[in-house]
Amino acid sequence: MKRKTKTTLTALCFLLPNLLGFFVFMCGPVIFSLVVAFTNWNLTKTIPLRWIGFDNFAKLLELKSEFWPYLVNTVYLMMGMPIAIAGSLFLAVLLSQRLKGVVVYRTLFYLPMFTAGVAMLILWKKLYNPDFGPINLAIEGIWGYLRLGDACEVIGTGVLYNRPDSEVLRSLIHDVGWWFKGVLPEWLNSFEAPDWLSSTHNLLAVGAEQLGFDRKQFGLGAKDAIIIMGIWTVVGGSNMLLYLAGISNIPQDLYEAADIDGAGAWARFRHVTWPQLAPTTFFIVIMSFIGGLQGGFEQARVMTNGGPAGATTTLTFYLYTKAFQEFQIGYASAIAWILFAVIFSITLMNWRFGSRYVNY
Amino acid sequence: MSTIRASVLARWWFRHGRSYVTYAILTAIACTMLLPFLWMVLSSFKPLNEVNELNPLPSKLDLEIFKPGNAPGPKQFFAYTRYLVANLTMRNWVPGNYRDVFKKIPFAKYYFNSLFVAAWVTLLVTWTSSMAAFAFSRLQWPGRDHVFKLYLATMMIPGVVTMIPNYWLMVKLHLVDSYLGLIVPAAFTAFGTFLLRQFMLTIPPSLDEAAMIDGASAWQVFADLILPLARPGIIVLTIFTFMGNYASFFWPLILISREHLRTLPIGMLYFDTEYAQDTTVLMAAAVMNVIPLIVLFLVMQKHLVKGIQLGAVKG
Repeated sequence: MKRKTKTTLTALCFLLPNLLGFFVFMCGPVIFSLVVAFTNWNLTKTIPLRWIGFDNFAKLLELKSEFWPYLVNTVYLMMGMPIAIAGSLFLAVLLSQRLKGVVVYRTLFYLPMFTAGVAMLILWKKLYNPDFGPINLAIEGIWGYLRLGDACEVIGTGVLYNRPDSEVLRSLIHDVGWWFKGVLPEWLNSFEAPDWLSSTHNLLAVGAEQLGFDRKQFGLGAKDAIIIMGIWTVVGGSNMLLYLAGISNIPQDLYEAADIDGAGAWARFRHVTWPQLAPTTFFIVIMSFIGGLQGGFEQARVMTNGGPAGATTTLTFYLYTKAFQEFQIGYASAIAWILFAVIFSITLMNWRFGSRYVNY
Repeated sequence: MSTIRASVLARWWFRHGRSYVTYAILTAIACTMLLPFLWMVLSSFKPLNEVNELNPLPSKLDLEIFKPGNAPGPKQFFAYTRYLVANLTMRNWVPGNYRDVFKKIPFAKYYFNSLFVAAWVTLLVTWTSSMAAFAFSRLQWPGRDHVFKLYLATMMIPGVVTMIPNYWLMVKLHLVDSYLGLIVPAAFTAFGTFLLRQFMLTIPPSLDEAAMIDGASAWQVFADLILPLARPGIIVLTIFTFMGNYASFFWPLILISREHLRTLPIGMLYFDTEYAQDTTVLMAAAVMNVIPLIVLFLVMQKHLVKGIQLGAVKG
């Protein structure tokens, strides 16, 4: 008994430095934040401090609230996740084939993640510049070089040159020929490279500043630009390394058994690699979800300031503007707690339904 | 005849062809990864009026020598070679962009701030985490694993929840606009404890039992036995913490308003808003921002890769 209390005391001594900071900067603030979320606390002090119950949450979650479009933005930006994870898996599979120089490739792939930060965001802002950025210069250069409009015109002229006897064929050739000669070139020549970060367009045609879809918003814009940049950053990052470790842990006799059964490359992947990697995938998906829901702040602050027309404002950036630019601390705390609730429930759901497919 | 040739082809494909294809794909992707970096470095050496051109090398080759009147001959060939060499030996490159960074912003000061804060945070995190990890992995005390689970659960709480109260706390403690305010709140992480605990659990328990029987105190076991054995884990934690704090953005952004206390990311942010048009100088600053990271990465690669894989897979 005496020895037990002694070890407990020793353990406490070892825990003390961390525990102290943990209480001061973690537990205390969490409770404090929860309390504040139910007040109208405002740092500008124009309104007296009051307990307002669920008012903050009600205001946040009502249909006209800004919260919903920003939640849509956050979810939209998370759509790059599955692509990035699939890309990581693909790269890991390629790298796991004992080739020479794999370490060099691994290093190159990991570089964007290791250097990620404000400097890289500024770089990408320059790359995405609609008028002078190298991306658009390249797109316009290649498009101009291909001269698809002229090609269509030539094809159309060639088609119209044919004069078969049959009436049906003639009218068909007439239609097709004019489609190529008159309609397509005009459409192709009106092509413009996307405006990237200064455009509210997006590939899903999600409406700007309103819920729902809007056909006019179809195209490449700020959200897609951020997604592409995000994929570039993370595809060769930690996820790829995790997959590499996962692949190297797969017992070799499983592959030998597959070979005896005459499995091809795809079958080996589908029936051995993929199921064996399920725990890794599961872990990566959960971590990506947690990160993705809190993400987009640096991009919004450095590259777009949340714009254009709020197209890149994620929940974290929304919280930042409310708390540290408008000083509505109570309201911002409510956002933080809703964010936490969403993260918590999605993680639980992932755990509940995702672990069903994981065979440890 | 044709069947023989087909089998030769198939054998070649399975021996060499597949790996060539793999190499081709890998190289293509690696180039995509490198292109933005390449553009950044090349732009940082260009004069401003050339940055908007796709021409990769600064200052175009002088093509006067190829005018219609001059028939190509050995003279032209040598002239062309001379210009090519002149370009590659950087005669026309503009190192002035790098000088301008230091003229326009107190870059060195930002640099120092970032390194100073990151170094202190790393030191404190390593200290607190290794001790806590020792208590969570090597000592037996009632309720240990429950407390640890609680600890882990807090890792799910988004940073923004504690951000606002912590900021208010800093206001009350008069630590806004100070190094202490940047360092102290970042010095306690559940992640570090978690990572080191994972490493310490892999050390066989018979070792410290033997040491205890020999009369070593818990502190001696910790300092002389476990810490040296957990060194790979500590190296990984050190790199992660240092990197994370070198690039830390949100907390310094809200805490620091005075210019001489800005860390590198914040300095870069305001540099970008103030001199948005000076692409070349901005890129020079970005290169200087990234180079130490690349060097650190190349040196520490082996440890890092192992650490990432160990820390997560066994977790």
